[in-house]
Amino acid sequence: MIAVRPALTTHRTLLGVGIFIASESIFFLAIVLAYVAYRDAGLATAKATLDIGRTAIFSVALFGSSATMALAARAESGRWLAATIVLGAIFLLGQGSEYARLLGEGIGPGSALFGTTFFTLTGLHGLHVLAGLVTLAALLAANRRRRRAVHPVAWEAVGMYWHFVDAVWVVVFSVVYVGTLL
Amino acid sequence: MTAAVPLWVRRPAAERVGWLRTVDHKEIGVLYIGMGIAFFALGGLEALLLRAQLATPEEQLVDPETFNQAFTVHGVTMILLAVVPLLVGFANYMVPLMIGAPDVAFPRLNALSFWLSLVGGIVLYFSFLAGGAPDTGWFSYAPLSERAFAPGTGVDYYILGLAVNGAGTIIGAINLAVTILLMRCPGMAISRVPLFVWMTLITSVLILGAYPALTAALVMLLVDRQLGGHFFDPAGGGQAVLWQHLFWFFGHPEVYIMVLPAMGMISEVIPVFSRKPIFGYSFVAGSSVAIAFLSFAVWAHHMFAVGLGDTENAIFSVTSMLIAIPTGVKIFNWIATMIGGRLRMTSAMLFAVGFIAMFVIGGLSGVSLAVVPIDQAVTDSYYVVAHLHYVLFGGTMLGIFAGAYYWFPKMTGRLLSERLGRWHFWLTFAGFNLTFLPQHWLGAVGMPRRVFTYAASTGWGPLNLVSTIGAAILAVAMVVFFVNLARSLRSGEIAGDDPWDAFTLEWATTSPPPPENFTTTPAVTGRRPLWDRKHPELRDAR
Repeated sequence: MIAVRPALTTHRTLLGVGIFIASESIFFLAIVLAYVAYRDAGLATAKATLDIGRTAIFSVALFGSSATMALAARAESGRWLAATIVLGAIFLLGQGSEYARLLGEGIGPGSALFGTTFFTLTGLHGLHVLAGLVTLAALLAANRRRRRAVHPVAWEAVGMYWHFVDAVWVVVFSVVYVGTLL
Repeated sequence: MTAAVPLWVRRPAAERVGWLRTVDHKEIGVLYIGMGIAFFALGGLEALLLRAQLATPEEQLVDPETFNQAFTVHGVTMILLAVVPLLVGFANYMVPLMIGAPDVAFPRLNALSFWLSLVGGIVLYFSFLAGGAPDTGWFSYAPLSERAFAPGTGVDYYILGLAVNGAGTIIGAINLAVTILLMRCPGMAISRVPLFVWMTLITSVLILGAYPALTAALVMLLVDRQLGGHFFDPAGGGQAVLWQHLFWFFGHPEVYIMVLPAMGMISEVIPVFSRKPIFGYSFVAGSSVAIAFLSFAVWAHHMFAVGLGDTENAIFSVTSMLIAIPTGVKIFNWIATMIGGRLRMTSAMLFAVGFIAMFVIGGLSGVSLAVVPIDQAVTDSYYVVAHLHYVLFGGTMLGIFAGAYYWFPKMTGRLLSERLGRWHFWLTFAGFNLTFLPQHWLGAVGMPRRVFTYAASTGWGPLNLVSTIGAAILAVAMVVFFVNLARSLRSGEIAGDDPWDAFTLEWATTSPPPPENFTTTPAVTGRRPLWDRKHPELRDAR
């Protein structure tokens, strides 16, 4: 039995989150544009150092977490929520290992234009994933403690944000990683 | 002396949580306005310091470094810490009342936005104690703002302060937008909300579109300064002009963020004191939507001197001039509202009419600056300083004063003194024009902005002295206003619920309004609900 799902345009929390996401999109757009503007200068380094195959696997974890989030929100399921957190954490660990490898090769935010734009763009996205994980964990904890006290809209709202973080990665992965194949 | 009237809110003593913990939209509105007034005073003192230094040629009052810090902090303060909080404060207080709502959509987020805005301001001012304020101008162009040229911590405080303040402003805009979209009382269609509410909605959209670009630029600058990045560092392959694009993509909508709510204020004041409905309600609202769209397509008119190319300059010149059309529409709306009306020239109305006159001057000098060759001749000169102050002081601040005289009785239960109000207006009007009108000529003959002094042989001395005298008169006018505020708070004439025989819902409740604003949810059948209630036989058709 699926309860009546609150609509984006009539529920104030969902509308608020929707507007927030729209505003965040402009923030990321500016950072992505900066990356694209400087792409040519860093393309050789990107091609030589980025590990697209490995990152693609970790990206699948993040994309998959959107599916588990949708299942979690539909059934208000703590288990699917926990799965979402695990997948999100796997993605972050993957990012961490990529960072460690690049830094080990001497590529950092200050090394050259590629490092500056790469670490800024992926780092800001990573921070958003981290914020998402904190929110998911808070929802999970609230759901464990007092399930009835969690408003159904909380699942929708947290889910919207998580899907957004995922969607941003679609763009970032395409521009940064798939872009090295062009 | 009159009977005691409780100030701000009539929450029972047991339910009061104090200013630090309040989530009441009216109390948060008052906090915002208090913050705006405090920073307005600070920014004003900085301006007086600048004018004192420039009063005569080769003055030695302050050293160049102090001067640079003063004009930088003056600009940031007035724009982000005075004007925006004042406007957001009035919106916070008035919008729920005007649409018949008990509070904003997210009261706790509302408190968060205020405190973030305030902390951002405090962080910026902390730079004075931490080794020197930012000295790179309010738009902090790269590469000047890069570590190599601004090695102190001033620019870092600028980055952090603006980012935190901006986060508060963005959250506030989300709150106001959702409130307006979803919390209107029965019958309050979006085509019936007061124009101040319309302007607040459009301003919120502008904030949501523009501020993230500033935040992004600030993050990039922080990466450059703290992590050795190269976003705006030409030596490392970056492009300094990227900062200008991002900053002005924020910076120009910011102008409308500051002026549209003030236009909303005078769109409330002028009809009430002309005893007529606003002329062309939908044109005022629609033209503002047009301004909002255009405002995202004009940013490079701040960059005509950069060398973007003739095609780019021509495009941005045209879009900038187009903005004059929806702006002009509104000027005619206000004038047509007054024509044939029974005008009551109260202090609020004086400031509203003053807004129209001064804003027309600022608007016209703006059109002249949209002409590329003129801009290239007077760019970075006092002509630009004159222009922007006619828009932001002659426009926005006069609008805010109109709103202050109009709404003070609702917020406090007491009227501001009309006698002091007249002094305030005429001193402001004289002081303002004396300060900024001569700057057009100074700019036209080549006096650059942001110079800490000038040689006597330039011949700029006399007009600068006039400008400084004007600033002193303006300071006296502000003192009169503050005295008026302080005295009226304690002993002003009791206002009653509806002292102006007004039209809109905020006057349908007590002054000051009770905690949830209305005892019964209002029902609305037109654009002037209170007028309809007072004159059922003359009810508006819509």
